[in-house]
Amino acid sequence: MKKTYDVAIIGCGIVGAAMAYELSKYELDVVVVEKENDVCCGATKANSAIIHAGFDPLPGTLMAKLNVMGSRMAKEISQALDVPYKQIGSLVLAFDEDDLKTLDVLYERGLLNSVPGLRLLDRDEVLQMEPEISPNVAGALYAPTAGIINPWEYGIALAETAVRNGVELRLSSEVLSIGQDDENWRITTKSGDVHARYIVNAAGVNSDIIHNMTAEPSFSIRPSKGEYFLLDKSEGSRVKHVIFQCPSKTTKGVLVSPTVHGNLIVGPNAVPSERYDVSNTSDGLDYVRSAAMRSVPSISFRDNIRNFAGIRANSDNDDFIIGISAPRFLDLAGIKSPGLTAAPAIAVYAAELLQNEGLALSRKSDWIGTRKKVRFSELSVEEKNRLISENPAYGRVICRCETVTEGEIIDALHSPIPARSIDGVKRRTGSGMGRCQGGFCGPRILEIMSRELGIDPSEIIQDREGSYILTGQTKKERC
Amino acid sequence: MHDLIVIGGGPAGLAAALSAWENGIRDIVIVERDKELGGILNQCIHNGFGLHYFKEELTGPEYASRFIDMLNDTSVKVKLDTMVLELTPDKELHIVSSASGYEILKAKAVILAMGCRERTRGAIGIPGTRPSGIFTAGAAQRYVNMEGYLVGKKVVILGSGDIGLIMARRLTLEGAEVLACVEIMPYPGGLTRNIVQCLQDFNIPLYLSHTITKIHGSPRVEGVTIAKVDGQRKPVPGTEQYLECDTVLLSVGLIPENELSRKAGIEIDRRTGGPVVYENLETSVEGIFACGNVVHVHDLVDYVTNESLKAGKSAAEYILNFNDPTGNSVSPEHSDISDIRLVNGVGVSYTVPQLIRIPKNLMVNSSLSISDPDIELSDQLQDVEVFFRVNRKFGRSRIGVSLAGNELARFRRERLAPGEMEKIRLPKSLLMKCLQLGLSEIEIYAVDEMTGQASADNANETKITAVSPRTVPAGSKSSDKIAKVSSAAGGSI
Amino acid sequence: MTELICIVCPRGCHLQVDPENGCRVRGNQCPRGETYGRDELINPTRMITSTVRIKGAMYPRCPVKTSAPIPKHLISEAMKALDGITLNAPVKCGQVVVENVCGTGVSFITTRDMQQL
Repeated sequence: MKKTYDVAIIGCGIVGAAMAYELSKYELDVVVVEKENDVCCGATKANSAIIHAGFDPLPGTLMAKLNVMGSRMAKEISQALDVPYKQIGSLVLAFDEDDLKTLDVLYERGLLNSVPGLRLLDRDEVLQMEPEISPNVAGALYAPTAGIINPWEYGIALAETAVRNGVELRLSSEVLSIGQDDENWRITTKSGDVHARYIVNAAGVNSDIIHNMTAEPSFSIRPSKGEYFLLDKSEGSRVKHVIFQCPSKTTKGVLVSPTVHGNLIVGPNAVPSERYDVSNTSDGLDYVRSAAMRSVPSISFRDNIRNFAGIRANSDNDDFIIGISAPRFLDLAGIKSPGLTAAPAIAVYAAELLQNEGLALSRKSDWIGTRKKVRFSELSVEEKNRLISENPAYGRVICRCETVTEGEIIDALHSPIPARSIDGVKRRTGSGMGRCQGGFCGPRILEIMSRELGIDPSEIIQDREGSYILTGQTKKERC
Repeated sequence: MHDLIVIGGGPAGLAAALSAWENGIRDIVIVERDKELGGILNQCIHNGFGLHYFKEELTGPEYASRFIDMLNDTSVKVKLDTMVLELTPDKELHIVSSASGYEILKAKAVILAMGCRERTRGAIGIPGTRPSGIFTAGAAQRYVNMEGYLVGKKVVILGSGDIGLIMARRLTLEGAEVLACVEIMPYPGGLTRNIVQCLQDFNIPLYLSHTITKIHGSPRVEGVTIAKVDGQRKPVPGTEQYLECDTVLLSVGLIPENELSRKAGIEIDRRTGGPVVYENLETSVEGIFACGNVVHVHDLVDYVTNESLKAGKSAAEYILNFNDPTGNSVSPEHSDISDIRLVNGVGVSYTVPQLIRIPKNLMVNSSLSISDPDIELSDQLQDVEVFFRVNRKFGRSRIGVSLAGNELARFRRERLAPGEMEKIRLPKSLLMKCLQLGLSEIEIYAVDEMTGQASADNANETKITAVSPRTVPAGSKSSDKIAKVSSAAGGSI
Repeated sequence: MTELICIVCPRGCHLQVDPENGCRVRGNQCPRGETYGRDELINPTRMITSTVRIKGAMYPRCPVKTSAPIPKHLISEAMKALDGITLNAPVKCGQVVVENVCGTGVSFITTRDMQQL
């Protein structure tokens, strides 16, 4: 007997996860269909990891309203769901007269958008706050409410909470077509059909494709690649705030920022690209490197530990594309920057829109709204010892660079959305993110996964489906 | 409070602990993160170890067993499966294991023997996709040799250091196809014997002055683009070649693992990536010594052993003095010490040690000329072995040692290469001279014998065709037909 | 005149071997090099190191080596001799794993102890 869900969410990036989290508060049957074999595999795991203060979007736009609201919510949700978040503040740097005029514009916008605490700084104040900034700086806009977050953990936490509250998650379920059965939607995915009364389109870089399956094309996604450097923790205190450059029409500019892990992130550029091409290019990296050094000339790029790239779901629309585009079909499309920041606010707004479309929202009384993870390296000595005596696996450090224990790795394999790849473990525990980039812990994690999941080591994948690591055994067992 | 704690149970830690024992220390603990002692040697199943130290050719595990067997005749304690989380400048160690939980150990002396890690793709920034199938050579070696798993079928190796060369052979013997070894420098990084027995024996081409400019494929490697590089090691447009493969092995360098050392406030030398050490292997923190790859990356484990034996002995002397400061010990009081800094001059990348201690009370006799036959140089002054690497290849050359611009010692060499660590012995008379002249720096440099000057990179070789013994008609000039490769420097002083 | 590089020790001396003069060797810095130079022309040999399967030990593979160099052209065949073998822990270093590899009289022997878990 086929089940008909109340809501099917297409896509489990930060927007889909936030939507699932929001809807999980209500008495609803919700399913999320996700193309990849894990959640948050698209832009959610490959961005600047900034919770924007909200002075950049044009006042009166959805972007502006949802940015500022989301910025507040990020702080609250991070605390409730144990997501690493730090409110470190940001500086937008000006290097000339034009830039200084731009700062004035941003400042005014910020006031109109109700961004708290904004202040314009002169050159001396900037250099006092951040001695490593280029002496060519002319001034800056300071926004104390800007923050940094772990973006994939944010998404995973939201999705896990949704799952714990009854939302169903279907991974490896790329949507192939959408049709109708009577009054309901029939979504044909790679893992079978899903029936739902309402659909929420949170398909990120593919949100136009999904939209066009049910409605007349009204927007198109213009994928834009941004490349990054991630530097060793020894560079992590190069600056203390998020350091922006004056924004342009297509990009917020190349930023330099500490990360919640203590690394330094530098990037992104903005180049039109193919939807799924997250490769790094020498031109892109060269551009990012020289642009960043304009802000912070002393960055030591020889301490780079990783490069990566993400694809923005930019569109031919300036604002977020949020609205009902077919009966009981809601677009949360073209969610470009500040999408990460706005996500939980988008979800609240979206729930209202669904309600207006006739979806009854009745709150659950037993909704679980908190989450706590074991982070061994952050525990006190007493807590560490108590933990180890209860479970010795927490006493075996597997990832030396980030001090991640076997216990935490096993937790990741048994969490509400269990890790099923080496990188899935990485995103849930931090293993392999350090300076050796998994060289030491990789083989050990593979061994643990093989043992815990009962699968052959040659079946363990690095990340996406098909990313096998080992090709077989040495030495024939029998001649 | 223990006498000595050794961090790391690989070849460095083993030799250091043994040496400390032999020099009278009894309460010694080795802390090792793996399930057994031996360190990296356990996965180095090939031979070539021990030719100097044991005068025998051993495999890695055999070399390790020699020391582990010796250790079993002592009562040195070993904590396996235990990770050191923190080392403080007061020699407190915070360790954790599943067997014993979180513990804090204290010691009179500590020896750092943590070895090194491999340089990663991120560190060298290869553009392209980020698929599975990219391994550092050491990680691949562990999979193949210890776990018994193959890492790929068609392999391209970046870097011609020994680890990459050894894996080229290893993978070939296990049925993989190694398409090429790609080396950015105009000369190979590893020992010449490995070029012969790992590449030439199997007809694996070596592309010198080439690098990988792009990795292709997703979710698994599908190929690489390689290109020739110019004198500045930048890719030359138009020289690109695509090699279809499913695996990339990176053998692009080792980095001493000094996270613990840095957090303990130990001064690190940016040139080596390891602690600044005195001639007795003591670091900038009193009572903390270091040896092996954690100080500087070695080519031969035999040298690691020698260095570690010295560190163990020094630690023992320190501990005995610690136990009985009024006694007749050799370790001088620090306030009476003058530090001489070894400076790397032209042609030389770094030296270990970086500093030499000379007791100030020797200056009492400094008015005497060192050529005076009656002078008895104090027992407190010894010759100092200095290890170093050159920063380019040299043919016939000399290593010079100078004080304030005056060359006071020279050592001849037939050839020098960055991939081969060199050693000279500074005679104590030279150290005395330094003291006499009131100088605090000794410069070590390398120059070509012909010109007497450091000259630019020569030999822009590219691809070496791999065929073994090349037959050349008698009487013809061989140099045109055969690409010259660097070979191990002859002899030690 | 054949030019080759000696692989007996890390020095890697450049040798010149004259096949027309009884394979006289020049350029070696030790007698082993002379032997190597001559052998390399007449009958090149190599030491082989590899692994075999093992059950009941800390790791599923035990390292092995040939007890002496074997003719180079027999390398692939010698590797095949290691297929189909599974040792059982415990093993001692130096234990014979395969006798008389490819009729050479040389054995594959283990290169470490492996305890039984």
